Amino acid sequence: MFDELNDLYQQVILDHCKQPRNFHEMPAATRFAQGHNPLCGDQLKLFLALDGDRITDISFVGSGCCISKASASLLTEFARGKTKADVETMFERVHEMVTTGNVQGDVGKLAVFAGVHKFPARVKCAILAWHAAMAALKGDAQPVTTENEQT
Amino acid sequence: MTDAKTIDWAALRKDFPILDQQVHGKPLIYFDNAATSQKPRAVIEALEHYYERDNANVHRGIHELSNRATSAYEAARARAAKFIHARSAEEIVFTRGTTEGINLVASSWGAKNLRSGDVILLTEMEHHSNLVPWQLLAQRTGAKITYVPVTGDEGILDLSKLDSLLTKQVKIFSMVHISNSLGTVNPVADLCARARKLGIATLVDGAQSAGHMPVDVQAIGCDFFVFSGHKICGPTGIGVLWGRQELLDAMPPYQGGGEMILSVEYQKTEFKKAPHRFEAGTPDISGPIGLHAAMDYLDNLGRENIWKHDQELAHYAYEKLAAIKDIRLFGPKQNRGGLVSFLLKDVHAHDVVTLADQAGVALRGGHHCTQPLMHKLGVESTARASFYFYNTKAEVDRFVEVVKEIRKFFGQ
Repeated sequence: MFDELNDLYQQVILDHCKQPRNFHEMPAATRFAQGHNPLCGDQLKLFLALDGDRITDISFVGSGCCISKASASLLTEFARGKTKADVETMFERVHEMVTTGNVQGDVGKLAVFAGVHKFPARVKCAILAWHAAMAALKGDAQPVTTENEQT
Repeated sequence: MTDAKTIDWAALRKDFPILDQQVHGKPLIYFDNAATSQKPRAVIEALEHYYERDNANVHRGIHELSNRATSAYEAARARAAKFIHARSAEEIVFTRGTTEGINLVASSWGAKNLRSGDVILLTEMEHHSNLVPWQLLAQRTGAKITYVPVTGDEGILDLSKLDSLLTKQVKIFSMVHISNSLGTVNPVADLCARARKLGIATLVDGAQSAGHMPVDVQAIGCDFFVFSGHKICGPTGIGVLWGRQELLDAMPPYQGGGEMILSVEYQKTEFKKAPHRFEAGTPDISGPIGLHAAMDYLDNLGRENIWKHDQELAHYAYEKLAAIKDIRLFGPKQNRGGLVSFLLKDVHAHDVVTLADQAGVALRGGHHCTQPLMHKLGVESTARASFYFYNTKAEVDRFVEVVKEIRKFFGQ
């Protein structure tokens, strides 16, 4: 019945949504950010441990739809061991991919989110964790929201 | 009015051009009627006729078109009075919708009648539109807000607390007639009678009731009643505030401008009486004209017939959904309005709605503008199917199958 939805709910996404990775708080975190989409009720807390510019550990907790949970889970898998610049580059690629469907450069496993652009209402779900990660890296204490994300 | 037994509900769908289409390759099943209803051809044609033949500004013109526009505008006012059994057309104020109606009462009546220490009584199931305007008023006046509690998932008002809540400080009791997120039908006539005995003014939010059941504001015994045109087959951007004449006449203007004045000098202005006092500027003229056609359409079917049909669909859907594993249903089992709110365990409402959409079923997922109620129930959102008279049992059957498939898609 939902063949068309395989673009959106790829197996990898369903897997990460049901069993999110790095899904716990991190008392030793050196950076912390919150993402909140008041209209959906999605809530996300992201924890980072930084060594200089390098992310040595990353985790998250929160509640939200399948897309937002899987996005946060896959982000943590990607970001561990990467530098701030790596995450910033990938943020740009993921943002482009989920809003337009264009994949620029190597996005690895994150390519599973390419189908999101066909579902404009869900773009903000896929990008919330990424905004939170950018805020954490900048050291912003204010919660971020993707409620005004233009698609 | 038509006899219920002779109504072929499925055949009425031909009156609604929009229903005859496919969405994502599947026949559209429109179950988002609590958000807005679809429009019958009669309403679309009334708007077309107005813009093709009669368009002119109202009230001030001497020429033929202006006369036609004015009489159509005022005829709609009289029709709205009849629709809810108001005593006269002078008690009908046109607004942009339910939200503006409540804001008007809160701003105008509220500013005149509320002082610091007074209390505004609401219920815990109010839509943000019957909550935020009162919060703004409370901030301005120093009044407080108290709430009639809701009993858990069953979603009915706990009236055992009402007597202790109806204190001497309460100046207005504003309540929703039918909850847009639970489907609860509140006993508004009883609630208004209890408030009235204590001299407390009452407002009933009829956004979900006016087009679905017979409404008689005098039988309800409220002081204000508000509803929106677009939820009852009319156009968007038009709504009705009904108020008792003596209350409206004593209220200060809401906005200033043309249309609402008798005479203006540089330092002072004399205002018209209600309802024109509250309609500043060139009003939405096509809106009331479209709404007039919508009210005719509904009353030709008979709102008691529509109500019976709505309730049948809602109870049928509730029973069928209740049989699905790990489903949580909100609102009362019995005597519900035409909607069902639910959650599948471990599945977010927005995932449910996205999947349903792919199957051609238009649902709504979210907090339904009742965030405090959602928090009270311990959820962030629910999925909601809301019905109207053009929906059928066959559509409910299909919808329930789709929900079962969604359950399977996300695993048990």
